[in-house]
Amino acid sequence: MSVIYVLLAISITVALFFFIAFIVSVRSGQYDDSYTPSVRMLFEDELVKPPVGEQQSELNQLKEPK
Amino acid sequence: MDKHNCYHCGDNCGSAVIRFEEKDFCCNGCKTVYEIFSSNDLSYYYDIQQNAGAIPKEIEGTYDFLDTTEIIDKLTEFNDGDLQITNLFIPHVHCSSCIWILENLNKLNPFINNSQVDFPKKTVRITYNSNKTSLKAIVNLLARIGYEPNISLDDFDNVKKTTDRSLIYKLGIAGFAFGNIMFLSFPDYLDLSSSNSSGGEFWLNEYKAIFRWLMFTFSLPVVFYAGADYFISAYKGLRSKLLNIDVPIALGILVLFVRSTLEIIFDWGPGFFDSLTGLVFFLLLGKFFQQKTYSFLSFERDYKSYFPIAITRISKTGKEESVQVYEIKKGDRLLIRNQEIIPVDGVLISDSARIDYSFVTGESEPVKKISGDKLFAGGKQVQGATEMEALKSVSQSYLTQLWSNAVFQSDKSTRFQTLTDSIGKRFTIGVLSIAFIAAVFWLYLDPSKAMNVFTAVLIIACPCAIALASPFTLGNMLRIFGRKQFYLKDTQTIEQLARIDTAIFDKTGTITTVQKSTATYEGMPLTAEEESLLKNTLRASNHPLSRSLYDILSEQNISTPDQYDEYLGKGLEASKGTDHMKIGSADFVGNTEPKISLDTAVHIANNNDYKGKYIFHNQYRKGISHVFKAMEETLNLAILSGDNEGEKLRLEALLPKLTPLYFNQKPKDKLNFIASLQEQGKKVMMVGDGLNDAGALAQAEVGIAISENINVFSPACDGILDASKFTELYTYILASKKAIKIIKLSFMLSLAYNIVGLYFAVTGQLEPVIAAILMPLSSISVVGFTTLMTTILGRKLK
Repeated sequence: MSVIYVLLAISITVALFFFIAFIVSVRSGQYDDSYTPSVRMLFEDELVKPPVGEQQSELNQLKEPK
Repeated sequence: MDKHNCYHCGDNCGSAVIRFEEKDFCCNGCKTVYEIFSSNDLSYYYDIQQNAGAIPKEIEGTYDFLDTTEIIDKLTEFNDGDLQITNLFIPHVHCSSCIWILENLNKLNPFINNSQVDFPKKTVRITYNSNKTSLKAIVNLLARIGYEPNISLDDFDNVKKTTDRSLIYKLGIAGFAFGNIMFLSFPDYLDLSSSNSSGGEFWLNEYKAIFRWLMFTFSLPVVFYAGADYFISAYKGLRSKLLNIDVPIALGILVLFVRSTLEIIFDWGPGFFDSLTGLVFFLLLGKFFQQKTYSFLSFERDYKSYFPIAITRISKTGKEESVQVYEIKKGDRLLIRNQEIIPVDGVLISDSARIDYSFVTGESEPVKKISGDKLFAGGKQVQGATEMEALKSVSQSYLTQLWSNAVFQSDKSTRFQTLTDSIGKRFTIGVLSIAFIAAVFWLYLDPSKAMNVFTAVLIIACPCAIALASPFTLGNMLRIFGRKQFYLKDTQTIEQLARIDTAIFDKTGTITTVQKSTATYEGMPLTAEEESLLKNTLRASNHPLSRSLYDILSEQNISTPDQYDEYLGKGLEASKGTDHMKIGSADFVGNTEPKISLDTAVHIANNNDYKGKYIFHNQYRKGISHVFKAMEETLNLAILSGDNEGEKLRLEALLPKLTPLYFNQKPKDKLNFIASLQEQGKKVMMVGDGLNDAGALAQAEVGIAISENINVFSPACDGILDASKFTELYTYILASKKAIKIIKLSFMLSLAYNIVGLYFAVTGQLEPVIAAILMPLSSISVVGFTTLMTTILGRKLK
């Protein structure tokens, strides 16, 4: 049954890994602005005028957060 | 005529439409921005969001001060070699188009390496090569495309702001420990490791020590880091002889930790580590929820946010140079450009100036000054460039001295005991007496259990649910108010708002609108030709009164006058055909009747015959008298105005009878007026809009700033209300009162849970598993209840 030591060690290591990942992400400022990235990811990369299509109507719905 | 809306800014183009590439523009500024965008393949801007732009302002020379190295140092976050990083606040940022264009700035200026928008804060962080381009060039570029950044004196002594993320860390740690401890205490929940003798699982009994010590290890950072604030707050409370709600919480945490540690040391049981970490986690969650911030608003502004960071000084040799505002000394000659704010008290050197003191004194019309007149800091020059001589330095000026008043140093929150804290006092006394009585009782019955019962009472009665009721109710209300464009600084303001019994209003800009004024005509009727000439003459003038009168007059065909002259500070003169019209001040048009009226008026004469005058009135917000009537039933009302008594009669007609009206109130008078009301034991709400109300807003229990445009600065206050919602103010006060009722109901609910828990504790049957169920259950039902009730309350609000 001493395998339980191994299991506990694994579970705590995994937990600690995610915990550290959380701390690092907070530290790097990821939680400071939780709105802009959600808009940014919808932009097209290229700057030429894209055909008036679906993304546009989606973007039009974006409103200022309250 | 069809209505054309500007392709760039969406404004009505009016009569002068500029067509360019089959698109309508309201002005050349908008057209230029469009040209810049379309020639740089950035016309996608208009596809994301229509009419997202702003009319660019004239900026010629305004940002010359950005050449000064010292100022660049203050405004950049990072400045090394050829790389500079600056963070600029841009009030116009409002939609996805704005994000897109600002993040593609490098298409307009190739030396910008990177620009990143923080939408909620309305800031853009720009990294650029300072050898190839400059801060000034970037700011000018931004201004040219309608995204003028706001640079004020406030940025000058800006200590690099570090965002406080400690609450997120604490919440993360508590949540992490809570989850892992729950997982480790599973064997105990299922009663598998009770003891060898009673037939528990053999192997779990073998390893229970490691489980328990692991739980202990996880709980250490929770108690000593995540929960540290509760100990500090309880200690502070006790030292100032206050039993706040944190006292029983800190006591609960401490007892939980000590008893659990003792239990595992002496192998009495598994301890309450799960309840302990759960408690801290839920409490922090409440704190997190309460902390709703409107990052694009600031409630801490003082005069520094209004004042420019630098101003043009004219040196002895007649050269213009930019100097920091703090460096202005007595005797310096300063050049104040159009729309610039006068930073120091001084004397006018130029012939005349027209100064808008509206946010210093509340005076609604710009005042005319002639050479030799004294100018006060805070006024805005609205008529061309002018020269003045400084008499004082910035901090000694008339307006800025207001901020040396003690009101601005003390923190309002320390003067106020929240509802939760006042409950906390009674609660602590109640719990401690129950604990002692139960302990004494058990000492007689079974001394071995006395300590157990004593600690159990303190553990189970830990007022987690009570401490959560207020943050969740008020936090939710704060969000609901925010959606209704009523932005409050913190949850405490709602509690304060529910208690007020006196409401004081400023006049100009608060109960009157800024944009529209109405005018009535007195005198001989004008002929159709005269009306046409009047309107067409006014069209050419940029004087604020001309602009307002022009907007009020009925539409006329455009016909340019044959001859037109504008006399600064006097009026206009124009002729068309046989008509020769003079428009302006009484003296200018030849009105000989003695000047008795305090009203603002524009006088008109045709061919040297005096015709009459347009008298301007403040336009009061719609529904004012209705709101005041409703408020009068529960609140004492008064008006404090910095303006003269010209409007007294109209106000009296609008407001409920016997509402006290005070005129000619200086900023300091307003503050003292509020203070004297408070001495009589009144709870005062001050509603104002300008810097002249700043003292009163800070002194009052609740200071609310009315704002036509929330992106524009409003003085330091507890809440900012969008002007369009003014008539709803009273409903919001009533809603705050209801929110307090909801909190009281939740207290009852959580007390009911406590009574159940106390039954187990007093009878000595408190198993860890009961605590582990009861505590989260009470917290969750309280949170659920308050959320439901506030949502219902929010639905009813307009």
